[in-house]
Amino acid sequence: MSSQALAPGSATLATTDVVLALRDIGKTYTSGELSVEALRSVSFDIRAGEYVAITGPSGSGKSTLMHILGCLDIPSTGAYLLAGDDVSMMDEAHLAHIRNRRIGFVFQRFHLMAQLSAARNVELPLVYANVPALERRERAVEALAQVGLRDRTEHRPGELSGGQQQRVAVARALVTEPDLILADEPTGNLDSVASADVLALLDEVNALGRTVVLITHEPDVAARAQRIIVVRDGYVADAGQNDQRDLQSTSSLKATKSWGPTL
Amino acid sequence: MSWSESLRTALEALRLHRMRSTLTVVGIMIGVAAVILTVGFGQGAQDQVKSQIDSLGSNLLVISPGSSTSSGGIRGGLGSASTLTIADAEALNSKVAAPDIAGVAPQTQSSASLTAGTTNWTTSVVGTTQSWLDVRSQKLASGRFITDEDVATQAAVVVLGATTSQELFGPRGALDQTVVVNGTTLSVVGVLEASGSTGTSNNDDQAIVPISTAGQRLFGGTSRTGVQAIYVQAVDQASLSAAYQEANTLLLALHGTTNPTDADFTITSQDSLVEAATSVDKTMTLLLGAVAAISLLVGGIGVMNIMLVSVTERIGEIGLRKALGAAPRIIRRQFMLEASVLGLAGGAAGVAIGIGLAFGIPLLSEQTISISIPATAGALVVAIAIGVIFGVYPADRAARMAPIDALRTD
Ligand SMILES: Nc1ncnc2c1ncn2[C@@H]1O[C@H](COP(=O)(O)OP(=O)(O)O)[C@@H](O)[C@H]1O
Ligand SMILES: [Mg+2]
Repeated sequence: MSSQALAPGSATLATTDVVLALRDIGKTYTSGELSVEALRSVSFDIRAGEYVAITGPSGSGKSTLMHILGCLDIPSTGAYLLAGDDVSMMDEAHLAHIRNRRIGFVFQRFHLMAQLSAARNVELPLVYANVPALERRERAVEALAQVGLRDRTEHRPGELSGGQQQRVAVARALVTEPDLILADEPTGNLDSVASADVLALLDEVNALGRTVVLITHEPDVAARAQRIIVVRDGYVADAGQNDQRDLQSTSSLKATKSWGPTL
Repeated sequence: MSWSESLRTALEALRLHRMRSTLTVVGIMIGVAAVILTVGFGQGAQDQVKSQIDSLGSNLLVISPGSSTSSGGIRGGLGSASTLTIADAEALNSKVAAPDIAGVAPQTQSSASLTAGTTNWTTSVVGTTQSWLDVRSQKLASGRFITDEDVATQAAVVVLGATTSQELFGPRGALDQTVVVNGTTLSVVGVLEASGSTGTSNNDDQAIVPISTAGQRLFGGTSRTGVQAIYVQAVDQASLSAAYQEANTLLLALHGTTNPTDADFTITSQDSLVEAATSVDKTMTLLLGAVAAISLLVGGIGVMNIMLVSVTERIGEIGLRKALGAAPRIIRRQFMLEASVLGLAGGAAGVAIGIGLAFGIPLLSEQTISISIPATAGALVVAIAIGVIFGVYPADRAARMAPIDALRTD
């Protein structure tokens, strides 16, 4: 798919750096009389450069966890440290800033803006980062080239296939050079060929040093990760284990294949 | 995110929903145009009346016979004696008793047929004195005006209004010609300059004769010494009320009236005439203006409605922008800008249409519409303010929206 080099700098992350840490995270949804404890006492660390899958049955709390990891929501209890900052008590403006600088999202439904070209969709996070227009454009085109869409920069989402749209979304997630790529069921709306493309892209992103957290209910998708965290009824049933390979020396994807427990 | 970037995004969103944006703009536009036009109509009508009254002369007081309290100011029928006389006018002319009065012109007025050869023309025949020309701010186009001597000798002379002269003599000119009124032959000694006034009392269509000639030779009857009005000109604007006091005191004394409420005359100032004549127009303007303001308000509610629909419809977009790093402040700004652009566009279009019609309508009808700068600026400001004010609530809703609500997939 793509042979272009990812942005330099990302490879300098030390393997032992903890990029995110959850400590006794709880999340309770309250609506009127009813309250649902979606997460209870969730604790785990994810280190820089890891490729982690979060999996579990429907309703187990995966999306809730993903919202907290993505700073889209704050936990009811516990502490969440993202790259050293405790984000669990931050206000919305501060969270927006963290999301903009540190996290790249890939969603199940792509969430591209239909009226904007691929390039302008990819530019969007840079707009909120106050990057000047010319530089924005350059970086967007570069990111699209990374995902193999150099010749699709002016196409609108409607003129692209599902797989291509999701690749635009991956480019948008990469363009800010974030600490963390969060993908929530990224293959949920794709056929098997497009799924393979997108997963290969995520593998490649990780291989080049970026931390990837992949949320999925599909065991074979989860199996691509180095580590699988299993969530059940709001608690972590299995925090998985990271393999001890030297991430910095890894440049191929073979080590990540069929690793970890099969569900 | 820079302001220009926010504006670009806002414009893109408005362009995306072109139809909806246009209709919203039309709502505001109609409101603004309505305000400009109604205020313009009212102002135009007031100006028209005011210019008519101003054409009477400047710094004028008009004394009319009859009591304002006893008979409601209604004069008796034709031939009934007037309570004002030429003697009253002469007394008012005294520099000692009334130092603030610059000029006095008593006036009688009857309708009569003027005959010049085979042509005849019915007009208003005004009997007055030499000072009338100044007091009523009229000018001569040719010849001379009637003099004190004409009044003293009941001279058979007449000064014609421009229209009257034109009707009787056409382009050959009226000067030194004769006209016959009620069997008396009068020679035309002067013609007034056209004052161009319109409306009910046409200053250009009248015949001016010495007041004595009118009373003794042309009309006679019981009105020989009575006058129908005395025009009093004050020295200047500032002395108008002093002149009023002097005239009032003097006439009360002359008529032997001790109680001012029993006065058998009424003094009206030009200002009060303007006031009375324009008060109806003012009320109408206020009423129509209120209706127009309501339509502007409805336009504003339209903006709010559209913005609320827009926020609800674009939950996904808002959530995505937030996920990508848009702070609540930035989201609020974007929606505020969208609403403000709608208000501004509606306001600008409304001003354009309002002013266009204010120029266009008078070309098709008699109605004059004056463009009120304060009303125009006010309507424009209100239109933008409406966009901003009615944009606050929807924008705030958008800003407060939780990103997860917007991104929820199940
Ligand atoms: N906004 C919410 N309000 C109330 N309950 C919620 C809300 N979101 C999720 N839940 C509940 O929390 C639990 C976990 O949901 P979720 O995190 O969506 O699970 P998953 O993504 O693994 O299917 C479920 O029981 C769900 O019904
Ligand atoms: Mg889910």
